Amino acid sequence: MSEVIHADHHDDHAHGPEKGLKRWLFTTNHKDIGTLYLWFSFAMFLIGGVLALVIRAELFQPGLQFVQPEFFNQMTTNHGLIMVFGAIMPAFVGLANWLIPMQVGAPDMALPRMNNLSFWILPFAFGMMISTLFMEGGGPNFGWTFYAPLSTTYAPPSVTYFIFAVHLMGASSIMGSINIIATILNMRAPGMTLMKMPMFVWTWLITAYLLIAVMPVLAGAVTMMLFDIHFNTSFFNAAGGGDPVMFQHIFWFFGHPEVYIMILPAFGIVSHIIPAFARKRLFGYTSMVYAVASIAFLSFIVWAHHMFTVGMPLAGQLFFMYSTMLIAVPTGVKVFNWISTMWRGSMTFETPMLFAIAFVVLFTMGGFSGLMLAITPVDYQYHDTYFVVAHFHYVLVPGALFSIIAAVYFWFPKWTGKMYDETLGKIHFWLSFVGVNVTFFPQHFSGLAGMPRRIPDYPLQFADFNMISSVGAFIFGLSQVFFLYVIIKSIRSGQPAEGRSWEGAKGLEWTLPSPAPYHSFTHPPVVKDEEVLG
Amino acid sequence: MSQQAQQTQIKRTVKRLSLIVIGMSAFAFALVPLYDLFCEITGLNGKTGGPYIYEEASVEPDRSRLVKVNFLTNTNEGMPWQFWPGKGAVRVHPGEAKTVSFFVKNTTSKPMVAQAIPSLVPISATEFFHKTECFCFEQQLLQPGEEVEMPMRFIVGRELPKNVGSINLSYALFDITDRVDMSTIQGNLVEDQLSTVGG
Repeated sequence: MSEVIHADHHDDHAHGPEKGLKRWLFTTNHKDIGTLYLWFSFAMFLIGGVLALVIRAELFQPGLQFVQPEFFNQMTTNHGLIMVFGAIMPAFVGLANWLIPMQVGAPDMALPRMNNLSFWILPFAFGMMISTLFMEGGGPNFGWTFYAPLSTTYAPPSVTYFIFAVHLMGASSIMGSINIIATILNMRAPGMTLMKMPMFVWTWLITAYLLIAVMPVLAGAVTMMLFDIHFNTSFFNAAGGGDPVMFQHIFWFFGHPEVYIMILPAFGIVSHIIPAFARKRLFGYTSMVYAVASIAFLSFIVWAHHMFTVGMPLAGQLFFMYSTMLIAVPTGVKVFNWISTMWRGSMTFETPMLFAIAFVVLFTMGGFSGLMLAITPVDYQYHDTYFVVAHFHYVLVPGALFSIIAAVYFWFPKWTGKMYDETLGKIHFWLSFVGVNVTFFPQHFSGLAGMPRRIPDYPLQFADFNMISSVGAFIFGLSQVFFLYVIIKSIRSGQPAEGRSWEGAKGLEWTLPSPAPYHSFTHPPVVKDEEVLG
Repeated sequence: MSQQAQQTQIKRTVKRLSLIVIGMSAFAFALVPLYDLFCEITGLNGKTGGPYIYEEASVEPDRSRLVKVNFLTNTNEGMPWQFWPGKGAVRVHPGEAKTVSFFVKNTTSKPMVAQAIPSLVPISATEFFHKTECFCFEQQLLQPGEEVEMPMRFIVGRELPKNVGSINLSYALFDITDRVDMSTIQGNLVEDQLSTVGG
């Protein structure tokens, strides 16, 4: 009894959130930092979306209407950079901050101060990168892959800002990843063995390892660029004995694992939502864990499939073709496991479930077009066409992005203590679903017919597909503004949510009241079998 | 687990992860020599090797085959020199040494230094294309308006894969005037060039 009184007494003295701006500037609370990451990524998502709409507006009709090619190049480049590094990645880190401590029964992240730093670096990094758009000579215009010598010899003068922005983003990601791994490995509640961890925690553990393995390589690549530009070295300059093709190898050695960094946490999210709304255990938990680990391993040995056309011996082409196709096996395991989880479940179709099912269907389509691209001989035809654009947008938009939106709807009641408006959520889903397909499906056709990517103009034969695509893009873009409305309305006037907001939801976070208290699990919880996902 | 023990463990994890980060940063830069080594072994980037030591008597040319070698020249963007091969193509027997000429002219009114970078396709022929003498092994300093003939002596190895009937050798000429210290190279390079080219 005395212990209980002691605990209550202690709670009275616990620091609640500070008032005003200071709360957000100096916070070390994982929930606050998670919120900051999520709002930041949403802001970046809207900015990146505006750039995408500039692209689609220009491509609405053949000919040059709104922007000049130089500006168009800056739009494609910054759209890619902002969406990859500013929207998708920070959104996943935000979800990790909010969810991982609650899901493993820890009071906070392992390194709360570093957590604050890794977030607050980001606004400076992106402020610096976006400011280059207003500088003389313009911002980055060399594509998000910043191939040398476009990004060195022929780069705009502002490229140095871009290089340091990438350094900062890398530092932020590395610190975030170290924090996540340290939390998962050392702060799990007693009884939560590795093979009892929720899937989101598992996928993030592996993602964090990928990040600390490849972010330094990206930092190395931009550092070499910096040296080539300012210190007269020749890493990527053939005249001095360097090789521009080497840039592509180094970039994609980072870039391919990066692709999986953006999708593995999505796999984790979907593995929570589908069992909750099918009211069944996740089918094949163990195989899910091993599938994620194999995908992560394979991601390191497939990079050159991005560059089949640079010239490579037959043996190299065959190796990268087969190793790429091998990824379809663990990915297939995951897709079939999700389907098996739904099989004969008592399914209901609330908004998170709709987004999760759309994820499974549309991500699989993106996976299949990826398999087509992996076939070396036909890749010569598809390379750098809109088919590639359609492929990676299918895995990133209805893939990564839909999973993030699904996660927001799914855990929204836990974060805010309010339920979102189900009708508005469903409207948002159907608008997004229709918008995304109208935007990107026609791009498969224009790509197969030979329309090159990153070009502001096109021959008349592609006019119809592009017009459809642009209409879809505006539907999709406006439906994300609608998403913002749904979220704000629900925060203000949503119905109060229960602790276990979804009947079938499992996991330690659902044993907490909604909204989750500012300090949760200050004493480690008991991990009961019925809260284990697999 | 006590608070203290947990903090110690977290510190240990952070130390180990930091080592991975440092290791991967080093690996990023190690990729540069590794890439060069890999290309040298495989001929992957079409860069032909350095000077080839060769004894005339030891090699018997393979009279049963003729291989066509095409020569392509181009100047890098912003390089005003003229650069052209003496002959667009020659036919050689594998194992036979052949000398061809290339010409450059400095069309500007200032002394400039250039470097030619070779590139060869098909890649499978790279390791069998040997050069005993090549202007690409050195840098060229040319006075305003000066024109020189530059020799290149090569042997296509007898082991060249049977399916290779023709080889394309391309040279890109880069302006490296800004990269070299004129005062240090002027003397020997000019002499070197004049003595080999003969004017």
